[in-house]
Amino acid sequence: MAEVKLTVNGKRVTRHVPDETLLVEFLREELRLTGTHVGCDTSQCGACTVHVDGMAVKSCTMLAASASGSEVTTIEGLANGGLHPMQKAFNDNHGLQCGFCTPGMIMTAVDMVRRYKASGERLDEEAIRHELEGNICRCTGYHNIVKSIQQAAGEM
Amino acid sequence: MNDAVGIGARVKRKEDRRFIIGSGRYTDDIRHDNQAYAAFVRSPHAHAKVVGIDASAAEASEGVVAVLTGRQLVDDKIGNLICGWAITSRDGTPMKMGPWSALATDRVRYVGDAVVAVIADTPALARRAAEKVVVEYEELPAVVSATRALEPGAPQVHDLAPGNLIFDWVIGDEAATDAGLRQAAHVTEMRITNNRLSPNAMEPRSALAVYDPAEGHYTLYTTSQNPHVARLVLSAFYNVAPENKLRVVAPDVGGGFGSKIYIYPEEITCLWASMKTGRSVKWTADRSEAFMTDAHGRDHDTVARMGFDKDGRITGFRVDTVANLGAYMSLFSSCVPTYLYATLLSGQYDIGNIFCNVKAVYTNTVPVDAYRGAGRPEACYVIERMMETAAREMNMNPAELRRRNFITQFPHQTPVIMNYDTGGFGAGLDAALRAADVASFPARKAEAARRGKLRGIGYSCYIEACGIAPSAAVGSLGAGVGLWESAEVRVNPVGTIEVFTGSHSHGQGHETTFAQIIAGRFGLPMENISIIHGDTDRVQFGMGTYGSRSGAVGMSAIVKAMDKVEAKVKKIAAHALEAAEDDIVVEGGAVKVAGTDRQMLWHEVSLAAYTGHNLPAGMEPGLKEDSFYDPVNFTFPAGTYIAEVEVDPDTGVTEVVRFTAADDFGTLINPMIVEGQVHGGIAQGIGQALLENVVYSENGQLMTGSYMDYAMPRADHVPSYTIEHTTTPCPGNPLGIKGCGEAGAIGSPPAVINAITDAIGNNDLQMPATPPVVWAAIRAAARPAAAA
Repeated sequence: MAEVKLTVNGKRVTRHVPDETLLVEFLREELRLTGTHVGCDTSQCGACTVHVDGMAVKSCTMLAASASGSEVTTIEGLANGGLHPMQKAFNDNHGLQCGFCTPGMIMTAVDMVRRYKASGERLDEEAIRHELEGNICRCTGYHNIVKSIQQAAGEM
Repeated sequence: MNDAVGIGARVKRKEDRRFIIGSGRYTDDIRHDNQAYAAFVRSPHAHAKVVGIDASAAEASEGVVAVLTGRQLVDDKIGNLICGWAITSRDGTPMKMGPWSALATDRVRYVGDAVVAVIADTPALARRAAEKVVVEYEELPAVVSATRALEPGAPQVHDLAPGNLIFDWVIGDEAATDAGLRQAAHVTEMRITNNRLSPNAMEPRSALAVYDPAEGHYTLYTTSQNPHVARLVLSAFYNVAPENKLRVVAPDVGGGFGSKIYIYPEEITCLWASMKTGRSVKWTADRSEAFMTDAHGRDHDTVARMGFDKDGRITGFRVDTVANLGAYMSLFSSCVPTYLYATLLSGQYDIGNIFCNVKAVYTNTVPVDAYRGAGRPEACYVIERMMETAAREMNMNPAELRRRNFITQFPHQTPVIMNYDTGGFGAGLDAALRAADVASFPARKAEAARRGKLRGIGYSCYIEACGIAPSAAVGSLGAGVGLWESAEVRVNPVGTIEVFTGSHSHGQGHETTFAQIIAGRFGLPMENISIIHGDTDRVQFGMGTYGSRSGAVGMSAIVKAMDKVEAKVKKIAAHALEAAEDDIVVEGGAVKVAGTDRQMLWHEVSLAAYTGHNLPAGMEPGLKEDSFYDPVNFTFPAGTYIAEVEVDPDTGVTEVVRFTAADDFGTLINPMIVEGQVHGGIAQGIGQALLENVVYSENGQLMTGSYMDYAMPRADHVPSYTIEHTTTPCPGNPLGIKGCGEAGAIGSPPAVINAITDAIGNNDLQMPATPPVVWAAIRAAARPAAAA
């Protein structure tokens, strides 16, 4: 068993879990934060994306024990009670249908916009599509996801 | 009317909030006390006899609750899985349905076939124990290609289906069609394969079964597009529980695309196991299991011949198709390559003679059933590749050849059952040509050539049949169920409204669209209207969502129930306001005497209905009405899609650079949501055309078992889309709706492939057009010229 100490969405938590517990399992089953989803088992689909110490991470690919000591933000903690501009943009632009990939899309998109703002690079449509390579959506055909991220990028 | 939210308004979705803040409630998010987990031991062989099962080590493994086998399942009288649509072969014999037990007893027929279920305290312990189950197999030869399965001497998948032939079915007039082809001035012949696809809803299938021994009652939470049909089948055929002791809940469902219509072995096993063990039992597929067990789509091998007279008018169309149905007949598998395929072979064209033969075949692969479009994409792909190729062979403009053959008078009876009620095919083509700026394509092609790229343009004029009804018609064609839809509109005493619909939303936005038709009609706020679906305890009955039927059939049922509500509201108000019933109008949230200032507010009428203090003589209190709506015909969405691609001749890499869709869906309730459906469908169609392919090795091993090997379309594989609408309202239902859920996936593959074949100058190209495939086709096109 491993002791895992995390700050998740601003709250400190400590749990003892089997060594092989993945961060996504820890979030979903130990903390019951079920907004983070599992859509594949090869780190391809991105539905499990969360922020670890401010960076987008696929939580199916990290052991909870490896994340110990980190600050984790999940979709539930992205905007305390309100809506983050990215969440609002997905609603404004019909950027989701079934909603399953959406939390991972939003967490990836927030990270994407932050990185491009920090580097001063231009986040145009081509860059957004390239950056979304690690997140699969089967419903939207990506058209409105791209529009959502463009809108939020202008507001963040 | 409330135009801000009514029919035609781009209302933002009500259901989005819970999804964007992480509060969606999918099956795997639900946890019960005392919950155990199932793991399945699956066949590693495509075809084998099960000689023996040694479960002793698994039973002794940590945390194991039970190890369950097919023998125990049969002993408990759990029924075999069935196909619910009977097809008759041309010789009058019924289709040959091989036995399919939820857990195999003596034989396994595809890699992934479930053999043993292990129930344990945690998912990890269940999987660990499952690995300790020793199944002794005697391997048998396997066959994966349907064409190969029909050859003499091929391995036999089911003893009761000699030659692996499930049915040999025909439609149309063979002699007249062959005569039409003989008389033709030009005949185009092509061999066309429709590649096998995995639906890949992003949420994997999941089931949580809860058994209450005190009541003998079961609850199944599951990823279903049609929970009532699931309950019906689980009860009537699989004998898991009687309908009145089984509740099926389909909560938030993360996409379906057909794959979540069917009842699979895992749901049956979880229900049965919950009774056997007294524990709640959950199973959630991982993606590898999804690839191995979710019903696949398409997999047709077709030879088509189309004849034309000297003016380019079609004289006859013959199609011979071999359809791979996999190892077992899934729930609706038989109707997909027959009544959802061959009945659409007239396309948008006036064709006097059509004949189609379909041979459905068992192979040692995952069962094949409906996937977005279900039969209609296969039909559209055959027709539209034939038209494009024929135009090139006859040196005609492909758009002009289509226009020359368009049906222009409605209703139109095709020679293959369908009666098209309305349409405007020329207007659709014109809209697409305009929006795609086809006039300046030559300039774009020249510019691409300067960059070393081959640019091509491809057309597709699709038609499909939606609604999947009427019940009497489908019953006469072999369906085991009626295909109506039900709705209940419950107006509460305070005037808020709950609508209970038998349709199911798994991404389609029903909570918004369905509310719009009520808010718009009665002038009520959207937030006062709730749409409830997906629970057999709450909704009276329903056939669920597939075949783009929720608008045309599901919403029609709501309209019929609303009509009854409005009639009662008018009676109550007329009585209270001492006016004639005919003078009462409902608008702007009020019930008014037309032409006067006398009115009651909506909630005053609903309250009056429930207090019962002042109702017309003999009227029952309350304000709740229901409807079972059975449509009069299929609906026929149609349109024109135009793709432009650029091919790198050195690598074969193809990029879809422009994509234009002009659709006629009849009345649009929420154009934003409709366009979203089209976007998603086109991406799936581009995926089929360029990327996606389920591959089995010769001996039946699944080679594309993860997202490492099965190429899903990603954001950088697809362009932004240009979407246009033309409108001919459907005369067959009260809202004039045709349906929009599948069109994108139906119309797009031929447009993309026609664009590539245009670019590279070779019509001989099969899907998926991956870089090596395109590269080889470019080389092949160059070769004959060099030889000549």
